[in-house]
Amino acid sequence: MIRRTIFADLVTGRKLTLLACLFVATVATAEPANFLSSPTNIFAPVSTPAKSILHLSLFVLVITGIIFAVVFTLLAYAVIKFRGRSGDGGREPAQVYGSTQIELAWTVIPVLIVVVLYLATARVIHAVQDAPQPANAVEVTVIGHQYWWEFRYPKLGIVTANELHVPVSDPAHPTPTFLNLLSADTDHSFWVPKLAGKTDLIPNHPNRMWIDPQRTGIFLGQCAQYCGVQHAKMLLRVSVDSPEDFAAWVRAQQQPAVQDASVAAGKRVFETTACINCHAIAGTNANGRFGPDLTHLMSRATIASGAAQNTPQNLRVWIQNPNAIKPGSLMPAMQLSDADLDAMVSYMETLR
Amino acid sequence: MASNAITIPGVQIEEKLWLDTLHGWLTTVDHKRLGILYILSSLVFLVFGGVEALIIRIQLMHSHNDFVSPQVFNRMFTMHGTTMIFFVAMPILFGFANYLVPLMIGARDMAFPRLNAFSFWLSFLGAVLLYFSFLGGNGLYGAGSAPDVGWWAYAPLTARAFSPGHSSDYWTLAVMISGFGTIGTAINIIATILCMRCPGMKLSRMPLLAWLNLVMSGMVLITITPLSAAQIMLLIDRYLGGHFFDAQAGGSAVLWMHFFWIFGHPEVYVLIIPCFAFMSEIIPVFSRKPIFGYPVMVAATVCIAFVSMSVWAHHMFTVGMNSYANSFFTITTMAVGVPTGIKIFNWLGTMWGGRIQFKVPMLFSIAFLFQFLLAGLTGIMLACAPFDWQLSLSYFVVAHFHYVIVGGILFALFAAFYYWYPKMTGRMLSERLGKWHFWLFLIGFHLTFDLMHIPGVLGMPRRIYTYEPGRGWDTLNLLITIGTFIQAIAILVFVANLIISYFKGDKAGNDPWDAWTLEWSISSPPPAYNFASIPVVASRRPLWDLKHPEDPDSRYE
Repeated sequence: MIRRTIFADLVTGRKLTLLACLFVATVATAEPANFLSSPTNIFAPVSTPAKSILHLSLFVLVITGIIFAVVFTLLAYAVIKFRGRSGDGGREPAQVYGSTQIELAWTVIPVLIVVVLYLATARVIHAVQDAPQPANAVEVTVIGHQYWWEFRYPKLGIVTANELHVPVSDPAHPTPTFLNLLSADTDHSFWVPKLAGKTDLIPNHPNRMWIDPQRTGIFLGQCAQYCGVQHAKMLLRVSVDSPEDFAAWVRAQQQPAVQDASVAAGKRVFETTACINCHAIAGTNANGRFGPDLTHLMSRATIASGAAQNTPQNLRVWIQNPNAIKPGSLMPAMQLSDADLDAMVSYMETLR
Repeated sequence: MASNAITIPGVQIEEKLWLDTLHGWLTTVDHKRLGILYILSSLVFLVFGGVEALIIRIQLMHSHNDFVSPQVFNRMFTMHGTTMIFFVAMPILFGFANYLVPLMIGARDMAFPRLNAFSFWLSFLGAVLLYFSFLGGNGLYGAGSAPDVGWWAYAPLTARAFSPGHSSDYWTLAVMISGFGTIGTAINIIATILCMRCPGMKLSRMPLLAWLNLVMSGMVLITITPLSAAQIMLLIDRYLGGHFFDAQAGGSAVLWMHFFWIFGHPEVYVLIIPCFAFMSEIIPVFSRKPIFGYPVMVAATVCIAFVSMSVWAHHMFTVGMNSYANSFFTITTMAVGVPTGIKIFNWLGTMWGGRIQFKVPMLFSIAFLFQFLLAGLTGIMLACAPFDWQLSLSYFVVAHFHYVIVGGILFALFAAFYYWYPKMTGRMLSERLGKWHFWLFLIGFHLTFDLMHIPGVLGMPRRIYTYEPGRGWDTLNLLITIGTFIQAIAILVFVANLIISYFKGDKAGNDPWDAWTLEWSISSPPPAYNFASIPVVASRRPLWDLKHPEDPDSRYE
């Protein structure tokens, strides 16, 4: 009896209401700012494919919203209006078995809605998927690896990893980037929500997608298709550069690695350990292809496919024990002496 | 109706030893006992799958959490998905079908009682085998490792190069063996419905529950077989040097996807159609009206079954099919929404003009209608291929299919539990605990799965064991986790209700809901032989005819 009173108090004493209001208020004030500023919001596109998808989505949302409003109203009305009352005296309501006209109506109307939705969708499918590749398009081959991204620019002779650089595209004179998607091992998926929908990277099944970002800046994304232990930390950064910045970046990437005599000791450690089995540095004897190309490692803001900032301290931790940053990463712990490790990190820091 | 009990003179019923009782249950071929075994084993695995879900949610509570390692997390979501689909949803629905179909068509048992028992124990073996992987997954070393390739087990992640040890083999064999059991039961249900109906029960007079289970069983025969075939091919790849899915040797990873989803999508309908069946029995009884548009309900179900066979590749809009294929699967997927919409409207039509009684089964049914409507609408969004390029593989999809599976299937199952528990045990489930269960579960469900759509829109992919801060995902994930725990508490209330009511519930009597189908004409629980004399029916609602001789349904059919 007492428990029931307390419960009733809670409800009638407005404590519950107050709690509910507080909860809603917290969410409402704290979150929307967060939502809008989310760097991976699909409703804040800056590139044509993502924009076409947004426009279609809004159309679909409006139509489904109307369907929801109509059916929900009918359901709510039925529940309230036709609830059994104590005064019914146990009599049964009129037994109705069906109505051909009504059933025909709620078959034909949905069919028409489907036709409209389909036509709108087919247009966007065609526009995004079958867009011709213009002659001035930048071409990049994206190769998914267990748990990092390899980017190759065949026409420019560049090989890099994890951070894709593309030129900004002026809507008046578009310079889109076309991505050829391959995989070296399992399935992956390239997803940078503000630039385009995702497309999978599947071994022995080349795919293609394109972006034409119309604003400079860094755009984030990550692998969307489960690819193994470290699927979560296979992050993506796309740097959209002004034409000048992009040209400068291309020139820098085309250079061989910096040769600096002051870090020869570190270079020697690198060249005489297992590093070179997997990593390449242009201009040295390291030409492994299993891991990311390190020729211009310092031009990248992150290491371990975005799992950590590219700082000397993080590099040290990463080389010594990759599992500390990314458990399940395929890079083995190098187990170097402190002196060798220091030398190696110093050498890495010169690879601009 | 004839009297239900046969008294055999000179035979006295003696108190049985518990060992005899156990032996009786383990060797039973009675469809009612097998139905209950199906349901009980599914409830156990529901708890396992639920605990896995809680572990997943604790890990995702905030960014960079380290409650479990990535390896453990990957096993958890693989086991959660596999358990819930193959060892909870399928068998529990088969359990209800097993129990109810013979009773509702006036039969004394299923067509093949021994096949029935064999199928149940095969499926159960599959479940046990899957969980044995926690001990034996690494083979000889005695170290455990449950499957961690996701419940789709996409190639080539399942190749030996990427999945050494035996965890993937446990997944393959467990699911394949339970699939054989599933096929056995499906054949049994079809044969029972086609051959064992009581006199007067034409196909057009069959309760919708029987109709829908007939359609579902037909779909099982078509959909489980490609999965079994693909699993055999996978074992050939892994052990006999085959290259079906081995992309490095010219095999095709996309081939596995097609095989998996031509099973996987119709599977959704295999699960939801029996739930439509529950709704089609429960909503009329608690609205006090016959089902609105019976022939259209049957036609819509058959239509769903056919169309749903041609929609599978909407799970593959991101794998790089050409624009014609993407358009084709967009239109077929949207088209399947039409017969599904007809069903929702017909249930509304059933409620319209009725006298709705808000007993617990009806509360769950109304929530089902609301949630299934929303799940259908997010389904339309995902059917739209370009929208899907953004939403696919994200938490939006996770929210969408949990809306179908929890908001739809599980709510319908709860309705079925509250509705038929009295028939199975002879006791009513407590309405008071039932309402606590309903409201807690409803709040937990909506807190979890309504909010879960948003991280998907904000770019959060599924199957990640951790995520970066600053993406607007943290607060949402915390709230989602809180919702999961509210659902867990509701499940505890439900289990408590099942146990307490079994001993202390009110006596149910033959027909506690004043219902109209044949199972309510006999005692609760029914005797082993079901019907002392086989009933004869003249309409879709034989008990209505009996209770209203002045205005029988048979006059209108």
